[in-house]
Amino acid sequence: METVTVTIKTQPELFLEADNISPDAFAGKKAAEITTLHAYEGREQYTLGKYFDVSGDAGATAADTRIIVKGDVSRVKYIGMKMSAGEVIIEKDADMYVGAWMQGGKLTAKGNVDAFAGIGMKGGELIIEGNAGNYLGAAYRGDWRGMQGGLIRVKGNAGSDIGYFMNGGTIIVEGNADVHIATHAEGGKVVIKGDAKSKIGGQMVEGEIIVFGGIDVMMPGFKYVKDEEIEVDGTKATFALFHGDLGERHPKRKGQVVYGKLYQKI
Amino acid sequence: MTATEYLIKNGFVFDPVQGIKGDKADVAVKDGKIVKSTELSSKAKVIDASGKTVMAGAVEIHAHIAGPKVNEGRNYRPEDKLFTYTPKKKGSRMAGGFSIPTTFKTGYEYARMGYTTCMEAAMPPLFARHVHEEMKDTPIIDEGAYPVFGNNWFVMEYLKNDEIDNAAAYTAWLLNSTKGYAIKVVNPGGTEAWGWGLNCLTVNDPVPYFDITPAEIMTGLMKTNEYLGLPHSMHVHQNSLGNPGNYTVTLDSLKLAEGIKANNKFGRETVLHSTHLQFHSYGGDNWGNFESKSKEVMDYVNRQKNITVDTGCVTLDETTTMTADGPFEHHLTELNHLKWANVDVELETAAGIVPYVYSPDIKVCEIQWAIGLEIALMAKDPMRCFITTDHPNAGPFTRYPRIFKWLMSVDARKERIESFKHSAKMVDATHIAGMDKELSLYELAQMTRAGPAKSLGLASIYGGLAPGMDADVAVYNFNPDTPHKPDEIEKAFSSAAFVMKTGTPVVMDGEIVSNGNKRTIWVDAKVNENPQVMRDIKDKFLRYYSVTLGNYDVTKHFLSGNPRVIEVDATR
Repeated sequence: METVTVTIKTQPELFLEADNISPDAFAGKKAAEITTLHAYEGREQYTLGKYFDVSGDAGATAADTRIIVKGDVSRVKYIGMKMSAGEVIIEKDADMYVGAWMQGGKLTAKGNVDAFAGIGMKGGELIIEGNAGNYLGAAYRGDWRGMQGGLIRVKGNAGSDIGYFMNGGTIIVEGNADVHIATHAEGGKVVIKGDAKSKIGGQMVEGEIIVFGGIDVMMPGFKYVKDEEIEVDGTKATFALFHGDLGERHPKRKGQVVYGKLYQKI
Repeated sequence: MTATEYLIKNGFVFDPVQGIKGDKADVAVKDGKIVKSTELSSKAKVIDASGKTVMAGAVEIHAHIAGPKVNEGRNYRPEDKLFTYTPKKKGSRMAGGFSIPTTFKTGYEYARMGYTTCMEAAMPPLFARHVHEEMKDTPIIDEGAYPVFGNNWFVMEYLKNDEIDNAAAYTAWLLNSTKGYAIKVVNPGGTEAWGWGLNCLTVNDPVPYFDITPAEIMTGLMKTNEYLGLPHSMHVHQNSLGNPGNYTVTLDSLKLAEGIKANNKFGRETVLHSTHLQFHSYGGDNWGNFESKSKEVMDYVNRQKNITVDTGCVTLDETTTMTADGPFEHHLTELNHLKWANVDVELETAAGIVPYVYSPDIKVCEIQWAIGLEIALMAKDPMRCFITTDHPNAGPFTRYPRIFKWLMSVDARKERIESFKHSAKMVDATHIAGMDKELSLYELAQMTRAGPAKSLGLASIYGGLAPGMDADVAVYNFNPDTPHKPDEIEKAFSSAAFVMKTGTPVVMDGEIVSNGNKRTIWVDAKVNENPQVMRDIKDKFLRYYSVTLGNYDVTKHFLSGNPRVIEVDATR
């Protein structure tokens, strides 16, 4: 695997939209060619070379390409957007849309990321070692096809509206999460190892939400079913299982009505 | 200095108005009109069309491209815009959206395909100002809009008592107030019935309170239309749209035209236009035994010479359905569970919007795809059957070139059928696999130019290349004399080599070069003074409307700066 290091040298005056920082866009290119890839600042189109020093050549394919993003990219959006393979490591905080519409490969953000990380994600692994913002693994505005697959792991806390319209895949938040979890979900799994606040699983049709800590306010559309021992991310424990959202339609499968499942650790 | 004289030389010309079937000919243009080439001076700019296909600018008879329901589609579907925007270029502004493009993209994309006149198919009268504001912002293409009448309280009350002269006076007033073009009817009676939680699913279901049937509304409005002598016929979206087995309702509606005679000075011979017929030609009684009844419907259409139809072809895309058929959209959201927007428009109509994915992996969608094409292929008279997608309901208008490909090539259809998930079941439920007809370019010109122009009563202005007509001309990179692959049809018609709108070049090599000289077309019908109708209007505005009369009509501010008024004198 070849490594390309991009180090920010000039901070954008506005925010920089750098969806070209991805193994797919870099694949098969030499460092000098990578600097000519475009990026938008406001409505103006510039090149990555205006903002970044680039060293190292990319591998022949996305899968053979590792990108290390160095320096303060807290004003850079869309890093790793639509990446299908390879690896991206962001050493410090990044702005919105990290790993948006990601399809494969591995993206590690060592700092915090802002909102919309991993939205519309289809596959691959997105590791956020700091905190994540709102709309983590959510659907794009208006879309009913949210996260379809892949894994998002946040070592810190996550904001609100995570897993909005989730259809598949897994989101694990090791810290706490803000309001609105897996709203409108039709599949997938969200694990909150810390505390969750309120509006959890609103209008959820299918899928699973597992909360290890406290829940401030339970949605009225969830009904306690039973206690169940399950294994979650390597931890075996007993959880109270709730079915919901009972205010929403629920499909039948093999004669059984399918509900969204909300587990809370006892 | 912009040239005002052009000679489009040596193209293969297809013009049903003059009966030219691909002969090499020149098209001469002077001061925005087609002229005889002998009238040109030596200063005329020559456009070389050798080896290319030349047609008049195409005429869109039915699309939802302006107004509150289109705009609500844009508002509530940001995902439709995602990754579609193109930045500002020399001749064009930033534009985007897929199934519900921005006004700018609407104008540009129609022009790039060689369309120069388009009709907005459903204008809620109360929101006519909004419709006109959007049309004003849609560059290049001439546009008109059809106000909806089929669930209007005035209309139902007058027609209930068979007061055709009063219905005509009201219609003339409303066309004038809304700067509208024709009488549009959507799910006659059914949309109003939905206010009571009901619908009219046959032509004989009475409308609650008004106690009138869809058949009476349609017949009454056809009579009203011919009383006034409007340029277009009554334009109807029939009852029971989209339901299995609805073809019998369709035939019942079409039969209402029997015995009604066209009366107008525009050369229109038809009295009823049945729109997006694909949605109305369904057999079976559930989605499991759903099948094509295009043959039964088209056999009737072919026999009954005073009706025109358009296809409503399914393009197999993700799109946004939107219609004044409120109950249908509620039915659809219950089926596909996708987001639903809905509004009731006071005394006039309603509307609903639901996204829809026509998937090539779903049997029903595959059958719908076949039915739309079958209707076009079964039409015996291409001057009475027009190609549409009921944009954006069966698919975006930008897919017309793909529909042309399917209609013009058996191979293209075969390739599509074979790659369907349920192709064998689809073939059993339809006729498409056994059809070997391939549309000719001449028939295409009839179905997209001369035919719709004639049905609209605009045959002397649009849809042809005869001297005296508007100089709307499209030149395509398509040589009918050389062998071609089906995809080359789609490519050529997607991006015209040259398009001229009223004498101004607007597209060159597929790029927008000018925003043209867009006009709004509306009908000014004069009737005898009718104090009763005027009193009824004042009364209903005082009692029921949320706006006053003074805030209702489309004043100059809302209208495009370049109106084209079609005058009709129906005074007795």
